[in-house]
Amino acid sequence: MACIEARGLRKAYGKSIALDGVDLTVEEGRILGLIGPNGAGKSTALGAMLGLTEYQGELKVLGRNPWTERDQLMAEVCFIADVAVLPRWMKVSQALDYVAGVHPRFDRAKAEGFLAKTTIKRTSRVRELSKGMVAQLHLALIMAIDAKLLVLDEPTLGLDIVYRKSFYDSLLNDYFDHSRTIVVSTHQVEEIQYILTDVAFIDRGKIVLDCSMEDFEARYAEVMVAPENREPALALKPIQERQVFGRSIFLFDRVERAKLANLGEVRTPSLADLFVAMMTPTGAAK
Amino acid sequence: MTDVPMAPARPRRFYWSVRREIWENRAVYLAPLAVAALVLFGFLISLHGLPHAARVLSGPKPATPDEVAAYGRQSMVLMTPQFTPAAILVTALIVAVFYSLASLNTERRDKSVLFWKSMPISDRTTVLSKAFVPLAVLPVVAFVVMLATQAILAAISSAVIAANGIDPGVLWKNMPTPAATVLGLAYGLLAQALWYAPIIGWAMLISAWAKRMTFLWAVAPPLGVCLVELVAFHTHYAWDLLASRVKDGLAAFTVGGLGKAPIHDVSQINPMPFLTDPGLWGGLVFAAAALAACVWLRRRNDPI
Repeated sequence: MACIEARGLRKAYGKSIALDGVDLTVEEGRILGLIGPNGAGKSTALGAMLGLTEYQGELKVLGRNPWTERDQLMAEVCFIADVAVLPRWMKVSQALDYVAGVHPRFDRAKAEGFLAKTTIKRTSRVRELSKGMVAQLHLALIMAIDAKLLVLDEPTLGLDIVYRKSFYDSLLNDYFDHSRTIVVSTHQVEEIQYILTDVAFIDRGKIVLDCSMEDFEARYAEVMVAPENREPALALKPIQERQVFGRSIFLFDRVERAKLANLGEVRTPSLADLFVAMMTPTGAAK
Repeated sequence: MTDVPMAPARPRRFYWSVRREIWENRAVYLAPLAVAALVLFGFLISLHGLPHAARVLSGPKPATPDEVAAYGRQSMVLMTPQFTPAAILVTALIVAVFYSLASLNTERRDKSVLFWKSMPISDRTTVLSKAFVPLAVLPVVAFVVMLATQAILAAISSAVIAANGIDPGVLWKNMPTPAATVLGLAYGLLAQALWYAPIIGWAMLISAWAKRMTFLWAVAPPLGVCLVELVAFHTHYAWDLLASRVKDGLAAFTVGGLGKAPIHDVSQINPMPFLTDPGLWGGLVFAAAALAACVWLRRRNDPI
């Protein structure tokens, strides 16, 4: 059974269409990066999966309808919506007590273990912690919950690079195992590329790319081409061309690497480069 | 993954939901305690007038209320069976209304609603736990604080009177019996919570619906209706309805629920007029509908 299965997912706020027929399948044990520009429908899609928003179309999360079966679903699903959502009046010790009190799958010792690696004091209130510490606390709480699906919507927004790095490192090292599924949306594409097993690009309510990272590496290639090789490169129908230091960098989709090797050095592009190529209206990607 | 037991029993989730409300809203117990402390403080600094008042009261002819006022000073006022409960009651009511107006609004404004919703707590449990605070926790807190304050006042004044060689019994002959105090307050608080339930429901509904200015939204439309009725029809049914809803809540503390004499004896507690008042049942239906609407709104509302 797939962890998440969406077919023709639609959502409109008045006249503006947030989701325009999203089809997406996330298998168990995957880490999907959901990447898109502002207002592309990322948060709406995640909100639908979490039973926070009503939608049209078919959607099953862990075999349940997230809107009608939200209460049961939340025993197995956890999410971080934004770093600022922990209540500011709460003490760290109260947060531990509360989650231990209400969540059947919370392992308090595990959360205490994560917190022991930080400088967060039990007696502090959330409002007294730095933004990075709040994110650490939230992550410690969430990672101690034995959830089947974890959804992270811009979890590192507004954090500095040190916290962002350690956030994803501990997610990967201390939390992820192949029985869990993680869906993460973010702007900071380059920082999560290495933790993902799958990637989906969303733009104007539609999924424009949906592939595994293996497929991504097999499909896309980037070649830096000297001026004299520009014509042969264009003949291979690149999806984007950009200029760096007088040379052209071409991005190709499904072109044999052997053919590209004649033009120059072939590399796997970063997700960020592909993202920009596909989202820039001038790119030939559409 | 090991199989963990199913979701904890509902009472457990409800208990922690209420606890977290009290963590967040410490005024629930701090405000009644602060008023009680203030009453005790006022009582202590006015204690010196007490022996004199007691002498007047224990004199050969019975003291008139004017004499009590003249000689008793503040200490006697503070000792009357109505003063402390009334002060704590009014405080608890103010706390209840402002708590309810914030209950489903603050969590959306500070976006913590997204954290609460990431926990396996249904919207219904959340709304009921929030309604439980003004309807059950606050009355119980008020009850305990009232009784404790009364007991302290009684103990100190008896000691002072006795130390001045006067029989402390003179102070208590005009007071209700302890049983009447306890049962009268308990009954009054229970009846009042039921009577004010629609006000709490309304305040919570506004807090779930309005984005800001919850107080204004809660107060202005009902007053607007009264005004329109007055101008258009020259009648004041809406106003009468609102006014009786507000002032009749205190009647339960009085003999026969008539709002005149305070309860002095257990036999004066008569719930029948209250229980047969259609206003009670209508109000409870309204409160239930308002809370159901709160659940519906919390389900669909986004953070502000």
